[in-house]
Amino acid sequence: MTAPGTAEAGRGAPSGVRATARVTAAPDGRGGTALPVLTGEGPLALRRVRADGGWARALLVGAMGGPLGGDRLTVRAHARPGARLGLGSAAATLALPGQSGEAARYDVRLTADAGAELRWLPEQLIVGAGSDLAVATRADVAPGARLVLREEQVLGRTGDAAPGRLTSGLRLRVGEQVLLEQELTCGPGAPGGWDGPAVLGGHRALGQLLVVRPEFTATPPVARLLGDHAALTPLAGPAVLVQALGRDALEVRRVLDGALAELDAPDTGP
Amino acid sequence: MAATTSAYDPGPPPGPVPAAPRAALLVLADGRFPAGGHAHSGGVEEAVAARRVVDGATLEAFCRGRLHTAGLVAAALAAAAALGTDPVALDRAADARTPSPALRATARRLGRQLLRTARATWPHPELDALASAFPRGAHQPVVLGAVVRAAGLDGADAAHCAAYESVSGPASAAVRLLGLDPCDATRVLAAVAPAVDRTGAEAVRAALRVPESGTGALPAASAPLLEIGAEAHAGWPVRLFAS
Repeated sequence: MTAPGTAEAGRGAPSGVRATARVTAAPDGRGGTALPVLTGEGPLALRRVRADGGWARALLVGAMGGPLGGDRLTVRAHARPGARLGLGSAAATLALPGQSGEAARYDVRLTADAGAELRWLPEQLIVGAGSDLAVATRADVAPGARLVLREEQVLGRTGDAAPGRLTSGLRLRVGEQVLLEQELTCGPGAPGGWDGPAVLGGHRALGQLLVVRPEFTATPPVARLLGDHAALTPLAGPAVLVQALGRDALEVRRVLDGALAELDAPDTGP
Repeated sequence: MAATTSAYDPGPPPGPVPAAPRAALLVLADGRFPAGGHAHSGGVEEAVAARRVVDGATLEAFCRGRLHTAGLVAAALAAAAALGTDPVALDRAADARTPSPALRATARRLGRQLLRTARATWPHPELDALASAFPRGAHQPVVLGAVVRAAGLDGADAAHCAAYESVSGPASAAVRLLGLDPCDATRVLAAVAPAVDRTGAEAVRAALRVPESGTGALPAASAPLLEIGAEAHAGWPVRLFAS
């Protein structure tokens, strides 16, 4: 085990935790989904939970808190052809400053093979005062596969005078085509105007819901507003993005849940 | 036969011709360049209606936010196009960086209008090829980069032009929408100018990485309120600006 633990952070060695959680889902041959790989590490523990309808479901269970500055956390989820995998987290993730002054990294890699269905619905990421976090989420979806991806960020805890710094990147590739590539940088040290009337406008909670479905090629959902600070927009391919801003996490969750329920109406989730 | 003499001394003969053409850039960046940009507010009309932009200070915050997001992305796309990157790949990269269909449609409309004017201004086979490849219009920054090439300008010119346009459009629209003193709007542009220069330079650095790393090297900075606001604005029955 070469990954240094947090105890080493103060000794100036390569600081922070390196941890990866891996889950692979595959059809079990009886109409259900098995999880041949389900491994956590350090602060990223994984637990399988009950699910119906051919789905396998797992939760990330925070074992240590964080990420702290200098940590590098990675989640890799792979749904093999025909598998149905739902992945969530048991609680919100709270980014805090570390001792090293370095940024923390949180990488999420989602892969859905042909005929697979993958749902990544974690709880919020809270960017505590003084923290510096770079999140990068990459989803690779085979043509014909289905994906639901949610991410929500809250800038600062209640009572924090200022949020931490957050760089949040999201890329969706369907087949060979990149359908969404975006990056949001906010908090202290972010380029000017991040909190202004073109970008966040003082909102402290934001969320995105990305849904990929092959049938969107023939019948793309129509773009529409979801309240004052949220919109559902079809991308240039079989996917839609919901972007929502809100005063708090609850407001954003309500909008994203409503949008997903509407998109799901003819569908069945895990 | 007598040589005419004059008190006027023309001075020493002119030095070498400046290596970089400048006037073509002024023609292109001029707000009166007839490419349809004056009909667009860059999102400021919606932001004014929502009372997020109410005066010079909030206009400046709007411009800074737009510059560092949509402006940076446009500048890098334009620079990459000016450096000769495949416009089809750049147009896809622009789509991926523009989740709002209203903004994608606006970008293509502006691209089509710019290309029409540019083909009449700086005829060039690459512009003809671009028009045939994109009958419905390519994203405006991709066209801008190609036009810059046709006008004999370079990638830095394209980046600076796109970065500047990302703030000059909103600033002049705000004069009409808010009844803002034109001097105040111009003061905003002057205040933002150093950031425009930095953004242009950052865009060029990103564009230079494209030949090796592909279009994934281009920035993808997003502005949620511009995206959401564009969808809101597109649904208005009556509006002063097209976007």
